[in-house]
Amino acid sequence: MNHVLAPGMEGTAPEFAAQEGLLSWVASVDHKQIGIMYLLGAFVFFGVGGIEALLMRVQLALPNNHFLSPDTFNQLFTMHGTTMIFLVLMPMLTGLTVYLVPLMIGARDMAFPRLNALSFWIQIFGGIVLYFSFFDGGAPNAGWFSYTPLSEKTFSSLPGQDYWLLGLFAIGIGTVAGAINVIVTVIDLRAPGMSLRRLPLFVWMGFVNSWLMVMALPILNGALVMLLIDRELNAHFFTPEAGGSVILWQHYFWAFGHPEVYIMILPAFGIISEVIPTFSGKPIFGYGFVAASTVAIAFLSLSVWAHHMFAVGLGHLWDVFFGASSMAIAVPTGVKIFNWTATMYGGRLRFTTSMMFAVAFLVMFTIGGLSGVSFAVVPLDWQLTDTYYLVAHLHYVLFGGTVFALFAGIYYWFPKITGRMLSEHWGKLNFWSTFIGFNMTFLIQHLLGMMGMPRRVWTYPALPYWGSFNLLSTIGAFVLLFSMLVFIWNVFISLHEGALAGDNPWGGWTLEWATSSPPPTDNFDRVPPISGRRPLWDLAHPELADELVGRAE
Amino acid sequence: MSRSKLGVSLFILSEANFFVILIIAYVYYHTIPAGGPSAASSLDPWRTGAFSICLFASSATLLLAERNLRRDRHRAHFCWLVITILLGAIFLVGQGNEYARLITGGVTWSRNLFGTTFFTLTGFHGLHVFGGLCALAIMATVALTAEMTDRRREAFAAVGMYWHFVDAVWVAIFAIVYLWAFV
Repeated sequence: MNHVLAPGMEGTAPEFAAQEGLLSWVASVDHKQIGIMYLLGAFVFFGVGGIEALLMRVQLALPNNHFLSPDTFNQLFTMHGTTMIFLVLMPMLTGLTVYLVPLMIGARDMAFPRLNALSFWIQIFGGIVLYFSFFDGGAPNAGWFSYTPLSEKTFSSLPGQDYWLLGLFAIGIGTVAGAINVIVTVIDLRAPGMSLRRLPLFVWMGFVNSWLMVMALPILNGALVMLLIDRELNAHFFTPEAGGSVILWQHYFWAFGHPEVYIMILPAFGIISEVIPTFSGKPIFGYGFVAASTVAIAFLSLSVWAHHMFAVGLGHLWDVFFGASSMAIAVPTGVKIFNWTATMYGGRLRFTTSMMFAVAFLVMFTIGGLSGVSFAVVPLDWQLTDTYYLVAHLHYVLFGGTVFALFAGIYYWFPKITGRMLSEHWGKLNFWSTFIGFNMTFLIQHLLGMMGMPRRVWTYPALPYWGSFNLLSTIGAFVLLFSMLVFIWNVFISLHEGALAGDNPWGGWTLEWATSSPPPTDNFDRVPPISGRRPLWDLAHPELADELVGRAE
Repeated sequence: MSRSKLGVSLFILSEANFFVILIIAYVYYHTIPAGGPSAASSLDPWRTGAFSICLFASSATLLLAERNLRRDRHRAHFCWLVITILLGAIFLVGQGNEYARLITGGVTWSRNLFGTTFFTLTGFHGLHVFGGLCALAIMATVALTAEMTDRRREAFAAVGMYWHFVDAVWVAIFAIVYLWAFV
């Protein structure tokens, strides 16, 4: 067996390897420790953002409720959105990417280990800056997209908005630095034989996603500094009274914001593309289509932003162009749904908790995708925008999509990361309570939106059905709380009593399963030979080895 | 392409996107003239042009420094680096001078949209020049005091790419802000 040396880290042994305890984490440049810290940090913020959501749901449980003041409600939905997007979904996906990419391509670490640590810590401090606003006059309250002129000094004079700008600016820098690191790692550190056509799809998604981050995050950062200059130096970028354009802010924000939506879903596609083949006992159906459609999504996502702005009244031509491009992006996304379904078709399915989350992802994400396409129809958008229909749509994409995929990924890779299996018993309870709680909370919101209930309003009158539907939604939110407590309990108990995982508990085929669980500091002594997309399958079944893909480089 | 060059190329791509956003804001508001000072009424393209030539020349002197490094002429490498730094510093002095003249003349960040967009765009470029000068100064110190290893050569090449990028951005800004105003 011709095992080969793993690339990376030549002559740069980590200087902090000798540290112990907490310092071994704080000073770590190891991609596995940094990946775990990303996941843990994001989970803490997930708890905070979840509590913010629950407070809002309590306020909305009954009509004419006075549990929260309108201003507190505004702060909560602003912080909930900002937290879940920038401090939960992005860092969780980044954490998995940083943990897994070097393992999956047979490398010892990221291309720039110290930059990796810097990216993580900048991101964490950005989050702390954002939350410090609570101690300095109150959190920002202009919504997660901070539309001008509401977010300008004239209407938001408290410093909360400035903390929002500075926090996001820091997170943006950390994100770009992390993305650069992933791209260079994938280009430069693949083990011999790991050609681009043999990359695991999770790596493909992380790679394409990182390009998207390098393109999109600087747009946000540019807009953030302009608004900050407006606020701090009395400049006029977005102040209409001096000729500034508030629509320009919307263009900037969504030129970032729509790629951002895909930044939060592409790595989730990557997770699904690993989990479904393993638990179907079949290689992915149409590898090339999954990879190529991701590239198509990345390009298209840069040209659809103004569908967030139909209500502005941009003009007929703009509406038609952005409506059409938004519908076009459903095509490569639909291709993927068919790929995953076809992978399951005729497979030997194993319904582990991870697989159940993955299958639920397919259904939930398709619902979110369909309601998304309905927003590309301009007249429907005019009717439904800024109602709870939109809230339902985005949660089906980001919770039903990304969060379900993240749970699929966590149940799948937890044994690799910790060396112990998560309990399937608690896992099933976790899955069903998440599934029921999620649909209970958000399915009904489609109807509320169609009935005209506006989002971002702190309370509502006792119109027919509004009270009972909202109460149902609030009960669903508490079922979700229960499901998260089950998950935390599962992690806690499994870390202590979980079955030992061994190297490859699921019979996976990608390289991360070739090393021990958890992997040693250097990941691999020797990487197995790579002649196809499933190195471990080829190793275990030389007589049934996959057809050779491409040539070794 | 080496690892650090690849990393810096991507960093430059992200920076280019950042500057495109600032330039779009400048161009957008330039086409909608507001009252008060404008590029045509307050800028001096000849004066700034002279300082710009220093910046452009610093790219050439950096190329000479890089060539001497490749041929292991370390003394000449160091000298050209110092000249590059001086040229960059002269440009910054020129920019500071221009800012002082504008601000005393009442053209400020908050005066009107020309002030807002002009100071933001050129100010961020100036910050990038300053960052580049810091990196070049570190390079010069290393060139003078430390042994030249392959890793250091890679770092030099990466900083060089960044400096050329900063110059290239100024070509665009000078054309759009200073020349366009007088066409």
